[in-house]
Parts: sequence; C-alpha cells; structure tokens
Amino acid sequence: MVERTVRVGSSHGLHARPAKLFTQAAASSGASVTIAKAGGAPVNAASILAVIAQGIDHGDEVTVVVDGGDEQRVLDELVELLSTDHDE
Amino acid sequence: MEFRGTGIGQGVAVGPVVRMAERLPEPVDRPSHLDPAREEERARASVSVVADDLQRKGAQAGGAAQDVLEAQAMMAEDPTLMDDVVKRLADGKTAERAVFEAFAAFRDLLSSMGGYMGERAADLDDVSQRVVAHLLKVPAPGVPNPGHRFVLVARDLAPADTALLDLTQVLGLVTIDGGPTSHTAILAREKSIVAIVGAADATALADGDTVIVDAENDLVVQGPDADAVAAAKERIAERAARAAAPITPGALADGTSVPLLANLGSADGAANAVELGAEGVGLFRTEFLFLDADRAPSVREQQEQYTRMLSAFPGRKVVVRVLDAGADKPLSFLNDAEEENPALGLRGIRALRHAEVILREQLTALAAADAATDADLWVMAPMIATVDETRYFTDLCRELGLKTAGVMVETPSAALIADRVLGVADFASIGTNDLTQYTMAADRLLGTVANLQDPWAPAVLRLVAEVGAAGGRLGKPVGICGEAAADPLLAVVLVGLGATTLSMSPSALADVRASLARYTREDAERIARAALAAEGAAEAKQAAKQAAESAPTPTGTTVP
Repeated sequence: MVERTVRVGSSHGLHARPAKLFTQAAASSGASVTIAKAGGAPVNAASILAVIAQGIDHGDEVTVVVDGGDEQRVLDELVELLSTDHDE
Repeated sequence: MEFRGTGIGQGVAVGPVVRMAERLPEPVDRPSHLDPAREEERARASVSVVADDLQRKGAQAGGAAQDVLEAQAMMAEDPTLMDDVVKRLADGKTAERAVFEAFAAFRDLLSSMGGYMGERAADLDDVSQRVVAHLLKVPAPGVPNPGHRFVLVARDLAPADTALLDLTQVLGLVTIDGGPTSHTAILAREKSIVAIVGAADATALADGDTVIVDAENDLVVQGPDADAVAAAKERIAERAARAAAPITPGALADGTSVPLLANLGSADGAANAVELGAEGVGLFRTEFLFLDADRAPSVREQQEQYTRMLSAFPGRKVVVRVLDAGADKPLSFLNDAEEENPALGLRGIRALRHAEVILREQLTALAAADAATDADLWVMAPMIATVDETRYFTDLCRELGLKTAGVMVETPSAALIADRVLGVADFASIGTNDLTQYTMAADRLLGTVANLQDPWAPAVLRLVAEVGAAGGRLGKPVGICGEAAADPLLAVVLVGLGATTLSMSPSALADVRASLARYTREDAERIARAALAAEGAAEAKQAAKQAAESAPTPTGTTVP
C-alpha cells in the first residue's frame, strides 16, 4: 500500500472533466484506490460521484492511497493527473 | 414581455418557441412484487444500457461534449450509487424508485455545494431520467423535433441534448436555470448557438410564442411587435453578412492598418485561424509542450512543434510567448514550491531565470525553427516587472540568434515604466487579463471578486494608454493579446489608446474587423478619451458607446 498527498492543479477543482479523467484512471488501474480531502474520510476513487461530492477545489490537498497491482506506478500517474490543470 | 438572463455571444435569433418535454413523473413509492435480486438485475441492465448510449453519443459529438457525456456515462454506472440502489432495493422498493432516490440523494448533495458542483446536479438529473425511462420502457426526455425551425426553451439542457441539437432546426435557445458556467453555456459558446441562460421568468413562455433571443443585450422578448422583429432580422442579416464578408486585413475606416492576429495554444488551430482571416499569431502559448511532462521536452521535440506551427504562417508574424509557469501552474521541473500567493510568486520570467537552462533550450529550439521556416518569428517573455528582467531576456534572445524580442505587459509596474521597458525591448504585448487582475488586485480565478475583473476599468485603460503612448514615441509596436481585444467596442478603444495590433481567439475576428472598419483613428481616440474619463468600468463602456454612436458613418459601410 502506497500513499501521497498532493495539491489539486485544475483551476475549478475536481468537477466534471478533471474528475472524469481521474476516476477513469483510478477505475482502470486494476488497483484499489481511495482519495481523501485533508481531514476527510477516504472514498472510492473509482466512483465519480463520490469524488465530485468531496467538493475538492483548486489548491486543496488530497491524499491518494493505492493498494494492489503496480501500485507505485499507478500512484505516480494519479498524482500527476491531480496536479495538472485540466481547465486550461 | 421581456425576460433577462445571461446572453452567450453576440448573436440574435427570432422564431417560435418549442418547450422541451417536461420531466418524467416521480416513480411511485410502492412495494415491489419482485424480489430484490431480480430488481437489482433490472437496475444494472438499465444503467448499463444508458451508459453505453451516453458513451456512443459522446463519440458522435466529440469535443467538449464528449467529456461531459463520458462523465455522465460513468455517473450512470457509478459503484457508490449502485451500492445505494441495492440498499434501497433491500427495503423492498422497485428498481425505478430506488434509482430515482439514489440519484436524488446525490443530486441534493451537489446542489447544496453550489457553484460548479451545483451546476453538475443537472447532469445527474438527466442520467436519472434516462435510467428511469429505460426501466419504464418509455422514451427518454429529449430535444423535440417539431418539423420546423424553432427557439428551444428548457429548464436546463442536459449535455446529451445540447450536443445533439440539430443546428439546422434550432434558431436559438433559452434556459430557465443554469448560469454562465453551465454546460449549456459552454457548449452554446463552442457551437456558436445563440443562447440566453438563466432567464428565470422564461417559464412564462409557451409553445408557439414568437420570441426574440438577443444574446448581445441579455434579453428575451416575448410577442415582439413587427418593428422589433424587423430590427432583429436586420441585425441577423448584418451579422451573417459580416461573417460572410470577404476577409480583408484589419484596418480603421481611414485606412490605418491594425493587423488582426490569433491567439493559439497549439499548432492544431493554425489552419482554422488562417481560414477566419488571422493575419498572423499574436500569442502562441507554449505551455502545452510542458504540461503533462515531468521534465522539459528536448530541444528537438520543441523544434518540431515550433516548425509545424511556423510553417502554417509563411511570411506572417508569429509571436511566441516563452513558457509561462509558476506555482499556480506548477511544473515539477520548474517550480513546485508551495506559495501563499502563487499569482504574485515565482512565475513567468522569474521562474525561467531560476531555471535558465529551460529558457535557453526553448529559445534555441525557436531559433532553429525560425531558420527552417519563412514566418516572421517574434518572442516575448511573460510577467515582466522591471527593465532589468527585460534586458536579461532580450540579451539572451540576441545571444541565441532571435531577431525580435519583446515583453508581455501584465504588471502595472511594466506599464508605468513602459517608456524604459520599450527602450530595451523591440515590442510590447499587453495581456489584459493579468493586467486587470494585478491592477485591480482581484484574483481572476475567484468568483467572489469577478466583478472587479473587467478590462473596461478606467485604471486598466490608463495603463494601456501609458504603454500605447510610450510605443508611439519610440516607434515600437504595442499589441493586445487578452480577451479585451475580442470585444468589438473595446477593441476600438484599445486602438485609440495606441495599440497597433490586436490578437484574439479566431472566432472573434469577424466582429472585431467589422467594428474597426467603422471608425477613423480620430474617432477611436475620441471614444478612448471618453472611456478613460469615466468613473468605473460600466460607465466607461457606456461612455464609449455614446461616443461611438456620435461618430460619423464612413461611406461604404453599414452601421448595425
């Protein structure tokens, strides 16, 4: 199990498109992935509704936990997705 | 009757109203006569059919619509949602009711969050309706097809509907809910559909009513008189004529040349820009090469991209902005330090100076691409605040063989000492979005201070005038490359303040070209003076409008 905390790069936070890209990547990773806002409970990262409902904004810190599969590579990819600004 | 909303774009439409089919009734909450496992099968089958359908529609629509539809497909098959559905089925509910309740719970959650998330609630409602319709074996609510052209009036359009609107049938659209950032607004903008969103009182419109949809003035007119219809039709014809008018180089009525250039973010948009009459590129952003990368691209990779783009503009000017990154657009290899105020931090030229090798490589690749093509390459640095930074950048450009090196004016500092900055730089290009942000001290990403982010603010105009005057005295070009240049009237003001070129998204070129052609240099200067003397942004716009209306009409042009 690996985890990392990252700051969200998309200007409007994790709403439709950035949330979709992140959830798609989490769902297709083959690993069990959770995401949690600082101080919040972790939710299933493969659930777009659970991710959107976190209300994650630009600049928020989130912790991603990956368990199983090629977990280090999956974590690197997901962290990169989160820190990129998809709203540009 | 008149209804106010938020207009998208500058268009006008007239036609008969067709209201979008009302929503499905709420499924009745009654005990199921099937067992929960069987109901679960039904629910899973329907969400999967709806998800596939949304995926397919996404692939058909392409572009921004595809992202939205794919997100909806994922919502339909969402694991958290299905857990909730299964829980409700265990209580003996029908699949229809359980799906409806589960979606409604998430919908309420998103609505209560407001802003961006709140507007996603409509996406979720649409998915819910589609799944319930499939379970009930009734047609999903969607865009009507009355067999004639119409103005569509809807509570809010679901992305699936907007994406599949038959543009040959839809004259315009009016939504009752939804704000300027709703999908309806975003997609209307992308597809150039005349639209007014968030016209709350438009519930009063009924099938068959004649309406004028006036996006430029944020207005829907119900049952307009014959004169109003005639005036609207005239405006529609004039706008169509402008779009179809032969593309001529940008110029004022007296022949003063004002080259109209395109803002581009990658080489892909070049052909479209040329087609719409771009006389070159006024802002080529290079961030796309660097984002999604954990290291800077090699000189060779960059050179290929720059060559491809420069080749689309033989003999034309192309202004390339070197990498503009900072803590607000973090790149791990450049600056990923956390800052309290990223907009005021180590960004633009400041970050590049810290990582000079990246700047050197980029300039080297640009010089090589320049040598391999016939375009007239200019390069500029973002976020310049001092003469020292200007000299640093222009010296480096000359050392690496670039002929024309300039600066972006985005800080009040650079604008106030423009005479000294332009003593060193070959040209200046004013980025009005950032200049407004820094002049008004209002974060451009923050909705709560969005009212201050208006380039009509006289303080911003005064800084533009400062740069324009310095450019005029020194004989150095002063371009505009922010969204301000895409506003047809503000474009005239900017030229009146001394801007020599205007750069904008290509879709704005036709309107701005037509607007410039109506005024002489003297008119433009007079209109600009009126705006400068105003108290605030709204007053400046009003003053400019009045001054523009009193301008004599040059022969051979039409006034809308």
